[in-house]
Amino acid sequence: MPIEARRSDDGQTLTIRVEGRFDFSTHQAFRDAYEHSDPAVTRYVVDLSDTTYLDSSALGMLLLLRDHAGGDSACISVENCNSDVRRILAISNFEQLFSIR
Amino acid sequence: MKVLIAEDSDSDRLILSAFVRKLGHEVFEASDGIEAVALFADVQPDIVLLDALMPRMDGMEAARQIKALAGEQLVPLIFLSSLSDASELARCLEAGGDDFLVKPYNRVILEAKINAFNRMRTMHRVLSAQRDQIRRQNETMVEEQKVARRVFDNVAHTGCLNADNIRHHASPLSVFNGDVLFAADRPGGGTLIFLGDFTGHGLPAAIGAMPVAEIFYGMAFKGFSAADILREINRKLRIILPPGMFCCGAMLDADFKLGQLRTWNGGLPDGWLVRADGERTVIASKHLPLGVHPPEQFSASMTVLPVVPGDQVIVMTDGFPESSNEQGQQFGEAGVRQVLDQLQPGETPFHALMAHIRQFTGKPEAADDLTLCALEIIHQEQYQAQNDRPPESALFGPVDWHCVYEVRERTLADFNPLPLLLHICMEVPGLRRKSGEVYTLLSELYNNALEHGVLELPSEWKASPDGFGHYYQERKRRLTETGGHYIRFSLSHQPTATGGQLQVVCEDSGKGFDFARYFEKVSEMQLPSGPRYAGRGLEMLKRMARQLRVHGRGNHVELVYDWETTETNDGVEPGHNETLRIADD
Repeated sequence: MPIEARRSDDGQTLTIRVEGRFDFSTHQAFRDAYEHSDPAVTRYVVDLSDTTYLDSSALGMLLLLRDHAGGDSACISVENCNSDVRRILAISNFEQLFSIR
Repeated sequence: MKVLIAEDSDSDRLILSAFVRKLGHEVFEASDGIEAVALFADVQPDIVLLDALMPRMDGMEAARQIKALAGEQLVPLIFLSSLSDASELARCLEAGGDDFLVKPYNRVILEAKINAFNRMRTMHRVLSAQRDQIRRQNETMVEEQKVARRVFDNVAHTGCLNADNIRHHASPLSVFNGDVLFAADRPGGGTLIFLGDFTGHGLPAAIGAMPVAEIFYGMAFKGFSAADILREINRKLRIILPPGMFCCGAMLDADFKLGQLRTWNGGLPDGWLVRADGERTVIASKHLPLGVHPPEQFSASMTVLPVVPGDQVIVMTDGFPESSNEQGQQFGEAGVRQVLDQLQPGETPFHALMAHIRQFTGKPEAADDLTLCALEIIHQEQYQAQNDRPPESALFGPVDWHCVYEVRERTLADFNPLPLLLHICMEVPGLRRKSGEVYTLLSELYNNALEHGVLELPSEWKASPDGFGHYYQERKRRLTETGGHYIRFSLSHQPTATGGQLQVVCEDSGKGFDFARYFEKVSEMQLPSGPRYAGRGLEMLKRMARQLRVHGRGNHVELVYDWETTETNDGVEPGHNETLRIADD
């Protein structure tokens, strides 16, 4: 499974884990992972531990998630990026939009 | 058989000798203890019949001396005695006698005893010979293992195990216990450690360890990720190991610059991340060992932990918690936790654990069936100083080449050429650690050519979440109509003084786009509406490449990407590149 979503025990945090390449091919699965989630979810974690590559459509998908989660008031952290992925997020100035850890 | 008869009574001796001779044995006669001992040394009889009471030296003393002379050989010694006192007879046996015969002799019993002791003597000789053979074979095996170990060491060299920030304990012949420990510097900076424990011992474990060493060092050198290396080790072991044999293992991938530790544990005891303040995080086994699952079921998913300099990471094979003391109690994983709980300030977990296991087992050398390894997280600068050596040369492997790859017609719909193109680029030594950027460059060019060029999908559609979905539905539909189209990649690479230069030209059969207007439009869009879902690709290319040119009608994009073997500054440096927005022809 390239995309895996998991709710925290208190139901408030949704963690979406992306495995391998994060590009347009994962678009539908990524959207499904959060679109039908419980309204109790207030915090999102995109776990990129197992993500090897990322392209610009993935950046678009992250922004879609951000808007879904409330735009500027969204609470989303992008976690465990490898150095390549981190660089691409940095090039696009995504630190300004997400908490990248 | 040679039988020695020691008896001071001439008549008794004659009778006994005659009888034994009649049974078919060769007889040697002595009339007292001293004679008996001398004759024993001289003729080396197989059985001794010894009178307990004799002049000059009695049977007890003679028995002691004869047993001493016989050494490891079993020479049955039967006392002849007219004594009937039980304690006297017992004394005969204590002196080294194996049995006794009470006078007057019963011939039937004498014959039976001689035969019985002969059987025992034969059995003893066979066992001794077998023991000697086992001893010789074991000596040969140990010698062969030493030689094999040298061969193994040449394949599985110590890597960077001797670095100042790595401490380890492993028996010199640990590979024959099934334990392997490898460490390598990452080309991009950082340290990779693999600790493995094969089921079984000896030759099968050692043979299985060889390809693991080759895969680990080969792939680590080329800059493959820890997950890729684990997948390859699993794939290989799954093929070569018989069912029931596998390799428990743990991988540690430390990136000192990012302050990140990636861990994977499949079947080894809990490892530990011990913070400088004593707080710790368990690195528990979450996966099946290597070589069990087929590749499609294998999970190389790694756990990521933030780390700071001074943190210590500990991994061990099960030999450590399973070490037992003289009472047969095991040290246990609880023992490990206890040691870590009671860590004194300034004491490293490695030294504390080794000191406790030595004390616990009472063996100063600790057991040879355990491997323990500790990695200390250090500052990036410290790591670089420690690894003060010339940068990896870009001279080995393909560095100067050109290739053209054109995807046409239906293949545009069925085949994603990006992994193949990435693979070609990654053969350039040193470029692999830039694989993320190279992938992004290639995929942006390809997706632009395919989606906007060939399929003519407008990126404006991606302005809303629904539009985003619609865009990809339409992409799928239009991919069925790729007749007459192509996308052509021309890749060139050449070495430079500090690294290399990759030139990528991507042409497509589409109508192109008004790139001058496009860049204007993009900068307009950005101002009022904040972040956009699309239109980010070309901008990313501009910032990563040194040069980006758009030729012709906009369906011919050329970019030049410079990369350096030594990491200088990873910060984004906008404005450092010379991007041309206007076509030159």
